[in-house]
Amino acid sequence: MNAPVKIETTLKDWETDQEVRWCPGCGDYAILKAVQRTLPQLGADPANTVFISGIGCSSRFPYYIESYGFHTIHGRAPAFATGAKLANPELDIWLVTGDGDGLSIGGNHLMHVLRRNVNMQIMLFNNEIYGLTKGQASPTSREGTKSPSTPIGSYDHPARPAAFALGSGARFIGRGFDVSKHLPDVLKAAHAHKGAAFIEIFQNCIVYNKDVFDDFAAPKGAEDRQLWLENGKPMLFAKNTKGLALNRETLGLEVVDVVDGDWESAGVIVHDVTNRSVAHMLIEMPFGPFPMALGVLYDDPRPTFEDAVTEERERASAGKEANLAKLLGTGQTWTVSGTAQDPV
Amino acid sequence: MATAATTPQDSASSTPDAIVVRFAGDSGDGMQLTGGQFTLSTALAGNDLATFPDFPAEIRAPQGTLFGVSAFQINFGSRQINTAGDAPDVLVAMNPAALKVNLAALKPGGLIIADTGAFTKRNLDKAHYEANPLEDDSLAKYDVLAFDISEKTIEAVKPFGLGNKDALRSKNMWTLGLALWMFGRSRQPIHDWLKAKFKSKPDIADANIAALDAGHAFGETAELSGPMRQMEMPPVQSEPGLYRTITGAEAVSLGLVAGAQLAELPMFFGGYPITPASAILHHLARLKEYGVTTFQAEDEIAAICAAIGASYAGQLGVTSSSGPGIALKTEAIGLGIMTELPLVIVNSQRGGPSTGLPTKTEQSDLYQAVYGRNGDAPMPVIAARSPSDAFEVAIEACRIATEYMTPVMLLTDGYIANAAEPWKVPNPADFTPFPAQFLTEPRGEKLLPYKRNEKGARPWIKPGTPDMMHRIGGIEKHEETGNIDYSPDNHQRMTDLRKAKVENITVPDQEVALGDTSGTLAVVGWGSTYGPIHQAVRRSIAKGCSVSHIHVRHIWPMPKNLGELLKGFDHVLVPEMNTGQFKTVLRDQFLVDAQPLTKTSGQPFQIAELEAAIAKYFDGIEGNEGGEVAVNDQQLPSPIAEND
Repeated sequence: MNAPVKIETTLKDWETDQEVRWCPGCGDYAILKAVQRTLPQLGADPANTVFISGIGCSSRFPYYIESYGFHTIHGRAPAFATGAKLANPELDIWLVTGDGDGLSIGGNHLMHVLRRNVNMQIMLFNNEIYGLTKGQASPTSREGTKSPSTPIGSYDHPARPAAFALGSGARFIGRGFDVSKHLPDVLKAAHAHKGAAFIEIFQNCIVYNKDVFDDFAAPKGAEDRQLWLENGKPMLFAKNTKGLALNRETLGLEVVDVVDGDWESAGVIVHDVTNRSVAHMLIEMPFGPFPMALGVLYDDPRPTFEDAVTEERERASAGKEANLAKLLGTGQTWTVSGTAQDPV
Repeated sequence: MATAATTPQDSASSTPDAIVVRFAGDSGDGMQLTGGQFTLSTALAGNDLATFPDFPAEIRAPQGTLFGVSAFQINFGSRQINTAGDAPDVLVAMNPAALKVNLAALKPGGLIIADTGAFTKRNLDKAHYEANPLEDDSLAKYDVLAFDISEKTIEAVKPFGLGNKDALRSKNMWTLGLALWMFGRSRQPIHDWLKAKFKSKPDIADANIAALDAGHAFGETAELSGPMRQMEMPPVQSEPGLYRTITGAEAVSLGLVAGAQLAELPMFFGGYPITPASAILHHLARLKEYGVTTFQAEDEIAAICAAIGASYAGQLGVTSSSGPGIALKTEAIGLGIMTELPLVIVNSQRGGPSTGLPTKTEQSDLYQAVYGRNGDAPMPVIAARSPSDAFEVAIEACRIATEYMTPVMLLTDGYIANAAEPWKVPNPADFTPFPAQFLTEPRGEKLLPYKRNEKGARPWIKPGTPDMMHRIGGIEKHEETGNIDYSPDNHQRMTDLRKAKVENITVPDQEVALGDTSGTLAVVGWGSTYGPIHQAVRRSIAKGCSVSHIHVRHIWPMPKNLGELLKGFDHVLVPEMNTGQFKTVLRDQFLVDAQPLTKTSGQPFQIAELEAAIAKYFDGIEGNEGGEVAVNDQQLPSPIAEND
């Protein structure tokens, strides 16, 4: 939606001549391909597309996309992206961050780019570990994660990226995982959302946190453990034999059985992407008793930061003449006349 | 021109050619406003002037306490004024605490104007006075003019039906009225200002005007003897032209706007509130029609990162802070150096380390500016010497940043930021434009985003430019393509290239500000010490000393001739408001025996202490091999240091 003109490209057009340096089997490869596959479908213009990242494995991403790219410093990518967007609101900006970059050192900036609602796509690759520094526990690592820095197991409570985003005021929350065939659809929905669109992408770190998402991401039995949400559609999973309903006593969600496809009488609710309360419940529901909610969890746009900044500048400038000579001589002035003498 | 021997201090008894007045009161008494308006009336009367606002870090410190004292000093005269003056001739003390904190600075025989209405038992206790100094002989060596300003103010504003508390708020205007009478000033500009300020509350405006007029009338009609008299201060002989008063923060802001225009770029300013730098954010936030975007970021780091992001996207990124905030920005400055993007970083220095003295002045971030980054990360540094000088220096910072594709640090300090002086309004057309160049197509067969021009600068390529896509970042990059390159030879070359680029920045030759180009002693300064050094050197020359004043604007890289110039002097003395940072840089760069003269009291140098230090080179002591000349004993009492 940012690019004024749709450009015809192919996946190949989005590949750079740079050698990709992720570990063989890393989930980042799949995400890279998903993005390179999505961009042509969006009609994105490589000249107008900018990938901005922080530091970490995920943040090497810009080097591998044939567009403009800025690999910045640890945790601060949202601030660079905000400046770039304000300087040129026409740019189509994709932010790439990870669980350490975005939620640990950069938590503050992530919070503010979301609450300000700067129009960009924010992809947080969540692998629940510090990869590039060789495997320390990250802010999203599960309790008990054994790592070089937590040899007996971590004991701090993990942050939940999507809950953090919603709490920060994000108006779009999407979720997917690296090898999912639905990931491009989530990316497209995020791109269509005008404002800060937050996408949590579960990503398998093959070296330091291998298969940690297998409980829901493994192909076998995936239907029973993944709930792919679609706006206006009932929240069904397990081949439409189960659904989510609202328990009026606990004011929470519950899993109900659906018999013969009659989801209505089972009380299964219909996904409304603008319903913030339900989005909150979907994000918070514990995996195990519940499936993993994936797809577009929340999508309810509101005015963007860059539009507000532009409008304010226009309003403040209206009817004013930008005359520097005049500006310098404003305030209470006085004139010295007569012949100049040495003032010293 | 005044002879060097004629100083404010020794001239008050005859017709003085300069007067120092200090207004002091509680931080809620409006002393900064009073001082500001007195400054305006002084400027309109055609006097040259310099001011020194000195206020506590607390917004409303507990009333009547020593650490809650706020003061505003102005030095004005019918000759050139470079400093806010050493010792006040007149001290206005609105309460006992203000008297106690400021009395030591007042010169012997000076005039004290005190509000007896505020010298209550309670206020005397808070100021730790055992007895009322206005009633014993402890002030015998001064002229004391004490009367009940509080009561007279309440009386004057009675017709406006204000309660006592509100009425007393006009005390400062009553006092200002009296001061205006003393120096034969027009009340009209202050009337106009009050009407504009209280546009929506006309009765408050009227009450303040009534108080001002009453103070003025008091001076005119009261039959007072002794010290209460009018003093004439003829206008200074200045170059013809349009003048205004300007503070350093205003001058930096206007200079940045001018610099962006000369570079033909919109400006993006990323800031985060911090004393004493916030004023720049405030000024620029009101100049949107000049293509300025101001962004109050979530923290100092985001402020600079957003500015770099804007530079990346093709605007002139600017950020501003003070020492602690600059420390936070340091990693991002490194990225700016690595990605070779233009950026102006303004540091309004304050007392440090850590939080230090937020509202007091110091020059102790010089090492931070020149050396304070990880890796070999060279960055140009320039320093403003006075409020008005900050305008040109800000333009120079924009020029270097855009012409050489580099972050530039502009150093001012709390003194420059807050102090005001008259400024001959420049014509923007007198400045040579330096339009920024964007690369829109490859210069050869291949796009080479890091291929340098004759200045050593890489091209600026905006995202959005067709067929010029490329990636940049903080990882070491290939000499020409900018792609990641960790190879040993390449890092060696890139380190050398970054260093050479900054070293080869064209900097004007160093001139001598005062005195001969060689001699016995060079007093070398930088930044806001210009005023006191200049006056001290002038007086010393008049006494027959072979001494010169050299003031360095370009701290890094330094003027090419500076080393040779310094070698023409037998001695080099470097006064600075730190423990000798520029001295060390000079020694390192030129192997000269530069000697330090340091002061870190949060107060500017006094002319007298510099004069005394210079005299030591000429009093017959052969050589006087440094060290001994570090005078630190003239430090003014600091109310905060005493009480915290």
